[in-house]
Amino acid sequence: MSALLAVEDLWVRFPRRAGGMTEAVRGISFDLGRERLGIVGESGSGKSMTGRAILRLVRPPGQVTAKRLTFDGLDLATLSERKMRKIRGARLSMVMQDPKFSLNPVMSVGRQIAEAYRLHTGGSFRAAERTTLEMLEAVQIRDPERVARLYPHEVSGGMGQRIMIAMMLAPGPDLLIADEPTSALDVTVQMSVLRIMDRLVAERGMGLIFISHDLNLVATFCDRILVMYAGRIVETCAASRLEEARHPYTRALLGALPRLGRERQNLAAMQRDPAWKEAPSVPGFA
Amino acid sequence: MSLALPEEAAPAAIKATAIAIAGLSVRFGEALAVDDVSLTVPEGASVGLVGESGSGKSTVLRAIAGLVAAEGQIAVAGEPLGPKRDRAFFRTVQMVFQDPYASLHPRHTVDRTLAEPLLLHRAQGIEARIEEALVRVGLGPEFRFRYPHQLSGGQRQRIAIARALMLEPRILLLDEPTSALDVSVQAEVLTLLERLRTEQGLTYLMVSHDLPVIAHMCEQVAVMREGRILEVLSAEAMRTGQPQHPYTRDLLAASQGYAAEPGSSR
Repeated sequence: MSALLAVEDLWVRFPRRAGGMTEAVRGISFDLGRERLGIVGESGSGKSMTGRAILRLVRPPGQVTAKRLTFDGLDLATLSERKMRKIRGARLSMVMQDPKFSLNPVMSVGRQIAEAYRLHTGGSFRAAERTTLEMLEAVQIRDPERVARLYPHEVSGGMGQRIMIAMMLAPGPDLLIADEPTSALDVTVQMSVLRIMDRLVAERGMGLIFISHDLNLVATFCDRILVMYAGRIVETCAASRLEEARHPYTRALLGALPRLGRERQNLAAMQRDPAWKEAPSVPGFA
Repeated sequence: MSLALPEEAAPAAIKATAIAIAGLSVRFGEALAVDDVSLTVPEGASVGLVGESGSGKSTVLRAIAGLVAAEGQIAVAGEPLGPKRDRAFFRTVQMVFQDPYASLHPRHTVDRTLAEPLLLHRAQGIEARIEEALVRVGLGPEFRFRYPHQLSGGQRQRIAIARALMLEPRILLLDEPTSALDVSVQAEVLTLLERLRTEQGLTYLMVSHDLPVIAHMCEQVAVMREGRILEVLSAEAMRTGQPQHPYTRDLLAASQGYAAEPGSSR
């Protein structure tokens, strides 16, 4: 499997007012094929920054450096901003956590999806209209004609998130970075959103980076997992073998999780070892 | 509603009823948010309310706390409640909210936040009680003069719990107390809540959308949907996957993680 995305020695740094740098991502390397790659970790582990760095969405004074950052043969690190804008949204897309802040409040959702499609594919108005309805149907919105005319404040959180996903998927991206796309959703809606993404990976061969704090969800949904801690990858494994993870941080995360389907156990308090921060990042290649 | 509680979780006072709700309804304009709900929480028990957004689970808690107007009867420790909650009520019942970033006053220090309920109730020995309260939730005296922005999410939720316990209530209403927290911090706060309950013989009525968390914390679980209680089952039955209602089965299945579509190749 040739890699769709290759990342080598990626760093994201922010200058501190008092001098020195805060290192959000510290020299991680991984690749991605046409698969579902999960990145798990707690707040501040650098998982979201990794996603933003790939899309070049880290704004100055933030600094991104990498030995290699290639997407389908294109060097994302040196690409001009104009070329980057052509790819971003069209071939490389990102679904953010909160639809409330990601949708334009003064434009109907149908127009927003159609605009995304026309901008990135150069298709006609009629094609855009057709695609909009198709995409809304694909994310299991009943009565798409009616919903397309609604404004963001008129839809629920779960529907807003599905509309966001429809918009990101309308241009048919090759790589989708989903940053906690379902955390704000009810479990049953969450499942239908995941099925849509699953189908796109299986049928269109899209690559998916699924960023989440939910170990259980990532273990059951993804193919492969990177566990991040303090800006580094501390462990990588096949999603189905997460239970056999060896790193003490991953073990501690698993121990802290209340579970169904087994005897009730006391939740273990996490003892953080300073050595976890210092250990070099584990390569995350398939 | 019969109860089968494990020995250590059932203090002697179990016969008494902490909260009794009968025929509770809450209307927001045309919408019926809570529809004829009846529920009993025995003294010393921990009861969970689960459901998806809009199921009315938080509204039940808010109705008990007097934060929304409701029809029907609510009795706390055998005393029927009127439309207004008096001071005695808040010495018995306190509430912990979901978002510790929003529930603490950003311009009040921890000291002031913890002192406020004591001042309102004209309590004595404020100094000592604040120090005690911080120790109780596992924070040192160095946190006393910090502002909320100088605390992590888990520390803030500990302060919110400490504040709720300042008046030594017997009942805590917990509204998604850990959903804004990381897994490791959630484990710490849940363990803290368990310890406090054992130490002080507290009664919990806890709301969450997270079934594993509820199954971990409670002995009995009420499943809500569209303002109604669909079924009440033991946490044991929930953990081992024996719910009666098909909706509860769906919820449980979805909480177990992702399952590929039936008939898909994966």
